[in-house]
Amino acid sequence: MTSRHVRVNPIACEAHGMCAELLPEMIELDEWGYPIVDGKALAPALAAHAERAAAACPTFALLVDRRQTPPPARERTDTGAQGVRRRVPRRPHEPRA
Amino acid sequence: MSAPAAARLPRLLAGVEGGPLDLEAHLAIHGPVPVQPKPRRGRAGELIDTVEEAGLRGRGGAGFPTALKLHAVAGARARGRTVVVNAAEGEPASGKDQALVSIAPHLVLDGAALAAQAISASEVILCVSEDSPQSLRAATAAISERRSLNGEPAISLAAAPSGYVAGQESALVSFLNGNAAKPVFTPPMTFERGVRGRPTLLSNAETFAHLALIARHGAAWYRALGTAEHPGSTLVTLSGPVDHPGVYEIEHGATVRSLIDAAGGEREGIRAILVGGYAGTWIDGAELEAMTLDDGWLVPRQASTGAGVVILLGESACGVAEMVRVARWLAEESAGQCGPCVHGLAAVSERLEDLAWRGDADSEREVSRLAAVIRGRGACRHPDGTLRLISSALGVFAEEWADHARHGPCDACAAPPALPLPDVVRGMALEEAS
Ligand SMILES: Cc1cc2nc3c(=O)[nH]c(=O)nc-3n(C[C@H](O)[C@H](O)[C@H](O)COP(=O)(O)O)c2cc1C
Ligand code: SF4
Ligand code: SF4
Repeated sequence: MTSRHVRVNPIACEAHGMCAELLPEMIELDEWGYPIVDGKALAPALAAHAERAAAACPTFALLVDRRQTPPPARERTDTGAQGVRRRVPRRPHEPRA
Repeated sequence: MSAPAAARLPRLLAGVEGGPLDLEAHLAIHGPVPVQPKPRRGRAGELIDTVEEAGLRGRGGAGFPTALKLHAVAGARARGRTVVVNAAEGEPASGKDQALVSIAPHLVLDGAALAAQAISASEVILCVSEDSPQSLRAATAAISERRSLNGEPAISLAAAPSGYVAGQESALVSFLNGNAAKPVFTPPMTFERGVRGRPTLLSNAETFAHLALIARHGAAWYRALGTAEHPGSTLVTLSGPVDHPGVYEIEHGATVRSLIDAAGGEREGIRAILVGGYAGTWIDGAELEAMTLDDGWLVPRQASTGAGVVILLGESACGVAEMVRVARWLAEESAGQCGPCVHGLAAVSERLEDLAWRGDADSEREVSRLAAVIRGRGACRHPDGTLRLISSALGVFAEEWADHARHGPCDACAAPPALPLPDVVRGMALEEAS
């Protein structure tokens, strides 16, 4: 099953706050003006709003992703390692007895 | 396969008593680099299976299974794969990677060369902290010595910039690609698009050294030490009031008591133990005699061995003053890219100072609130690691925080820093575990 998620690229984000105006259902701003998104799957009814908010972001920092399954709970690993776990290709001769 | 010697330490630090090991001495101690069958077309090398059976986990901090990474890079479709050895060691309380590269560089390079073969990479880049001239010299000498070996990949040396965050995976890759040594937003992940946009295996220097021994002696040998979950030995950098602070090789699951004893014993009562470095967790000194360096014991306490840093804080030091200092340093080490990290860590650090010096009791609640706002919102784990450290310090030093809030600075506040920060940590002696 695929689901859609809103994500912020915190490096690109410059706290313009446009996204929170266009998608208040999913985004609130923190005390410095940076968006907080909850990472939950996007309700289908909000998809168009999310796309519009992403398009309005002046720095392309708001992303609407499509994901295979909801991500595992974030754990104490580096971001790099986490991605690896989700994407390990299964090799044909695995698993071994 | 040398099974009988299995259950003995040292492994990585074998034969280093006489000083750094050149290629000849290295091969005399560890034996020749095993010849791997060439990976069959479209398949990963057999070594990866052995690494998987051995249960090797990364020693850069996150403890991620190394075989999964090897598989991921081997399975990535693009050509031109690269192996990056991370000996940037940005953690000021850690000295093990610099020590390893200085005294046993060939073990690290064996591992990198073997990994390169297993994933069909043609190039190895060894990244050593620019702050460690000694390791840079040793690495340069070792790389030129290896020209005499057959079938070696091209090995080059890069001086990694200093800074706590510069050793983070995507920051190092960014640096190697000619950009700033700052983390970048992922995906793409390093294993699919890393150095020069090619699939890249990036692991910690110690991880490669273990891999070199696993290739020689096999998975069963590796598992003869350590725990089922966390097999093998590991390097630990111990600092604090002991006679011989430094780098030790221990078995996963060893007691902290045995580590302290190997270092000549403590010179004063231990108030608390910081495990996992400045992204780690404080453990109350009252637990010292029960404490093991084993995730079975540590994880329920929100701790892990991380990159093997153990710092003892003596009873004569002030945990509050130390933490205020370290929190400020960690906030300043932010790469300055993500709003929640830049503004958030600065705010947390200020609130800690308010709590410590101005008796502002609301500050503690404010720190918890800020932590909930910031957590998980940086491009890298720096903010989360810092918050973990601070939250454990508020718990373990609760009495001290309350006491400072009520009565102001204590006598120990003015003492010289006990927790290593850059400049303080340099020149730590290398000690071999007994
Ligand atoms: C802020 C930060 C700093 C890091 N610094 C280092 C470092 O100096 N050396 C290192 O090996 N890993 C460091 N890491 C972990 C790396 O990103 C990466 O996970 C690791 O090098 C992978 O090697 P391993 O799988 O062998 O553990 C750091 C991570 C973070 C979040
Ligand atoms: S609109 Fe873009 S730059 Fe502005 S706060 Fe939202 S994500 Fe950040
Ligand atoms: S979270 Fe902090 S340290 Fe990490 S990339 Fe963002 S600003 Fe830099």
